[in-house]
Amino acid sequence: MLFTIILQAAVAGAGLAKFGAAIGAGIAAVGAGIGIGRIGGSAVEAIARQPESVNDIRMNMIIAAALVEGVALFAVIVAVMAVVMN
Amino acid sequence: MNNIKYRGWKIVLLLLVVCLLPVHAAETAEKEPFNAGEFVLGHVTDSYSWHVTKVGETEISIPLLVIVRSPERGWYAFWSTNLNEGATYEGFKIAATDPYKKKVVEVLPNNQVVRPLDISITKNVASLLISAILVLWIVLSLARHYKKAPMKAPKGILGAIEFIVIFVQDEVIKPCVGKDYLRYSPYLLTVFFFILINNILGVIPIFPGGANLTGNLAITAVLAVCTFFAVNIFGTREYWKDIFWPEVPVWLKVPIPMMPFLELFGIITKPMALMVRLFANMLAGHMIAMVFMAIIFIFGSVSPMLGTGVSVVAIFFAIFMNFLELLVVVIQAYVFTLLSSVFIGLSRIEPHKKEH
Repeated sequence: MLFTIILQAAVAGAGLAKFGAAIGAGIAAVGAGIGIGRIGGSAVEAIARQPESVNDIRMNMIIAAALVEGVALFAVIVAVMAVVMN
Repeated sequence: MNNIKYRGWKIVLLLLVVCLLPVHAAETAEKEPFNAGEFVLGHVTDSYSWHVTKVGETEISIPLLVIVRSPERGWYAFWSTNLNEGATYEGFKIAATDPYKKKVVEVLPNNQVVRPLDISITKNVASLLISAILVLWIVLSLARHYKKAPMKAPKGILGAIEFIVIFVQDEVIKPCVGKDYLRYSPYLLTVFFFILINNILGVIPIFPGGANLTGNLAITAVLAVCTFFAVNIFGTREYWKDIFWPEVPVWLKVPIPMMPFLELFGIITKPMALMVRLFANMLAGHMIAMVFMAIIFIFGSVSPMLGTGVSVVAIFFAIFMNFLELLVVVIQAYVFTLLSSVFIGLSRIEPHKKEH
């Protein structure tokens, strides 16, 4: 039923591309949140196990978070392309 | 204030004031409704004149050179103020519709619109020149200190720059590149300082900053291409052998070379990931800051009271996002340099000693 509603809206010219792009960007944000949350959790746990290696762990956590965030931003760029390009 | 020993407090205060400067909500009644998309995009994309601010009804912007070459009539160079508000100057105007939207086009006598060869000094180019001069000044002043007094430790701000250089070299370049890291150190340090200074200039809201240079796909593409050349031109034989004939089972290589294709594809995607990561991070950070500013104007166009009320919250959010963006700026420069040095180190591998 949801599918027919979406198709009717698309036929009426409501912008299926914008709908898809917004949903895609939202899912990318969820993915980034899950990924970076796991990185942060493991890092904090590792610091609790061995407090004197805090500096090494902090550096590695930041690097891993930047890489995961890069992937989420690839998805955002694709979403922007879906909206802007015709 | 005489008992404050920290002498840099004036600089910190000035920086804080500069960061708070985007607090400039227009009080005049808007004749047309506020277009948030155009406001945001106008700040993060390129343009032919550098818009600084709007005092009352007059716009204050820095005019830049437009240098175009039409195929029939030759070279033309003029200030971009001649093209304000869609005016036509010497047959050139800024197109308002697709294609060539917001670019200089030539209107031929038969009303045909064609795009001339365009090497204008746009906002991005001017910002690039400014940041190049800044990077050269910062780095060369440290080098000059060492030329004058090779055994003396630099003091003050030169000491801070040296700290950053040593940090990048010892923590990032030396472990990742390996034995001959000194050969690649100039390029990697240049990339780090270039990206860092450009990103920081992008966060500063007023001239000479605020031009969002690294949020431009062309700039990051050039940086990625430089890394691509640095990785592949100096690759060892072992590196190329691992790409075209990797140590995998033979059926993955011989009838259809699947693994070589994947490795060749990987050579291109790794610098492309560098490019998109830096571009997307910088563009997203800028757009977030601009959107928070735009929220004030959107609410303000409904009613001025609502705009004022929202502006308090929005300014707090914008300042917080700007500080977060400072962190992202440093991290992105660091990650670009780190990944470039990892790729260079991977391309300089020696043959494994076979243990049988």
